[in-house]
Amino acid sequence: MALTTAPDPTRRGTGSVRPPATRRGTGRIRHGEGLAGYIFLSPWLIGLMGITALPMLLSLYLSFTNYDILTPWSEVEWVGLANYERMFTADPSWWHSVRVTLRFALIAVPLKLAAALGVALLLNRAWRGVGLFRGLFYLPSLLGGSVALAIVWVNMFNREGAFNSFLALFGIEGKPWVNDPDWALETLMVLAIWQFGAPMVIFLAGLKQVPTELYEAAAVDGAGKFRQFVSVTLPMLSPVIFFNLVLETINGFQGFTAAFVLSNGTGGPIDSTLMYTLNLYIAGFTDLEMGYASAMAWVFLIAIALITVVFFSTGRFWVHYSDGEDR
Amino acid sequence: MVASTVAPPVAARPQRSRSRSWLRLIILLAIVAVVLYPLIWMIGTSVKSQQEIVSNIGLLPERFTPGNYTDGWSNFDVSFGRFFLNSAMVSLLTVVGNAVSCLLAAYAFARLRFRLRRLWFAVMIGTLLLPAHVLIVPQYILFRTLGLVGGDWPYLPLLIPQFLATEAFFVFLMVQFMRGIPRELDEAARIDGAGAFGIFRHVILPLSRPALVTTAIFSFIWTWNEFFRQLVFLSELSDYTVPVALTLFIDSTSQSAIGPMFAMAVLSLLPVFVFFVAFQRMLVEGINTSGIKG
Repeated sequence: MALTTAPDPTRRGTGSVRPPATRRGTGRIRHGEGLAGYIFLSPWLIGLMGITALPMLLSLYLSFTNYDILTPWSEVEWVGLANYERMFTADPSWWHSVRVTLRFALIAVPLKLAAALGVALLLNRAWRGVGLFRGLFYLPSLLGGSVALAIVWVNMFNREGAFNSFLALFGIEGKPWVNDPDWALETLMVLAIWQFGAPMVIFLAGLKQVPTELYEAAAVDGAGKFRQFVSVTLPMLSPVIFFNLVLETINGFQGFTAAFVLSNGTGGPIDSTLMYTLNLYIAGFTDLEMGYASAMAWVFLIAIALITVVFFSTGRFWVHYSDGEDR
Repeated sequence: MVASTVAPPVAARPQRSRSRSWLRLIILLAIVAVVLYPLIWMIGTSVKSQQEIVSNIGLLPERFTPGNYTDGWSNFDVSFGRFFLNSAMVSLLTVVGNAVSCLLAAYAFARLRFRLRRLWFAVMIGTLLLPAHVLIVPQYILFRTLGLVGGDWPYLPLLIPQFLATEAFFVFLMVQFMRGIPRELDEAARIDGAGAFGIFRHVILPLSRPALVTTAIFSFIWTWNEFFRQLVFLSELSDYTVPVALTLFIDSTSQSAIGPMFAMAVLSLLPVFVFFVAFQRMLVEGINTSGIKG
């Protein structure tokens, strides 16, 4: 059914989303259907208002206050832009967390996508056992966000961890990677890259959509394997690359669990794993500066929205849609 | 492309293509080794004695030490059995909440016509991109003001959102699915006198089973692994879920607890493993058609 016909995922994700079909008729509302519609929609509407919209407004308001949950509402002070001012001008750890997050996303996301695409190309053949490989490669993505796996990861890159044992086989002396401020974030990047399975499966679906004739035509024109990859595969796959890039970047910005586990909730060693979301958690729930944390949340939201907009506005220069629709 | 490689149209160079496929197999096996190594190492470590964890660098233990499991189970004032029960309850109720509330919303979006539907749909898509971290502080304040944080039943802040279809991803997934159900079925039911509710009950609900199963599997696994919200909303040790309880091992920082910690880590991943083995094909299909992430 609809689930198993894998068309162009970019259409469904964050791209231009077509509202539910109203092809039939002119969108007339059948008698009584409007009421039924709202009845069916009511749980979602209540959730939207109470769990999403109201908290967002509250968060916006709090970001202009010094709210700390301990003082009663009547004594909460309106501090204007002080939280934002402090963030941008007087809080080196905020800037630091921005740098850590950007570094994480800029390095881990491209490597993860490259690994996903590379393995997808290897698996893009029909032969016995391909399903088994696909499943095994997907397994880390399923376990990846868990605390249990983060614990394993931290121990694997300890002084006595498996990684150093592996290096010892080659006579290389390792170091306590997770305790080294120069390397702690890198171990988290490796964890992220290790979970290449989810984008890989999406790449595989995309590769299946590339018409065989294009390769045949390219081969007739004398194009070698590499040329075929650059001139046929990459452009035909660009909508899927785009989709994975947007999704993985946004995911990358939100990395929390592994950084929390590695640093026991502190962002250490020496703030090297202070991801933005971890910094926000510390501000709100460790230091109880909820007004300040709210301001951080709003900057985060605006940053993510901006990045999405940048992606979509630059995407039209390199994303090709085979139906010829240039958007 | 797929077909052409099964039966190569050009059979002139079998030698080369055979060595190629061997090369590919070797590369793939190497990747499998890298992918599985941490998991096998985790299981191996969970049955090593404390002494062996430090001294034996091999994957598997020289002497099988199941004691880590019993030690880990009762390492804290509350047994891990309690944490597992708490996690199971939260996860199962989340499954129910997501399945019911997202199905209702999806039916409205996919099949019914009402005022402002396009607007609401766009808003729903917008919430897909909204990070949980943005809402956590005000949600915490709201639930606390309502007396639900650490209240008589501390899981309400985790569960209420799930019963109100806030997991937009599943709404979206079901909308996409329902668009594939032929409209003629609705028409037929309508001629038979069914209204919006009848069509939902007799046409959409039974046919939506695949989408419901996908939603159920993914919401179970995600909730089981989820950490951020559980960390924020659960404060009493006896209310902890498994992921939050696992962090207690890190707090204690005693090196002697590595074995028990690994044992509990293995156990905590077991339900996900079981789901993975049982639904492997579906999970993979599920992501490639809808972009679900693990």
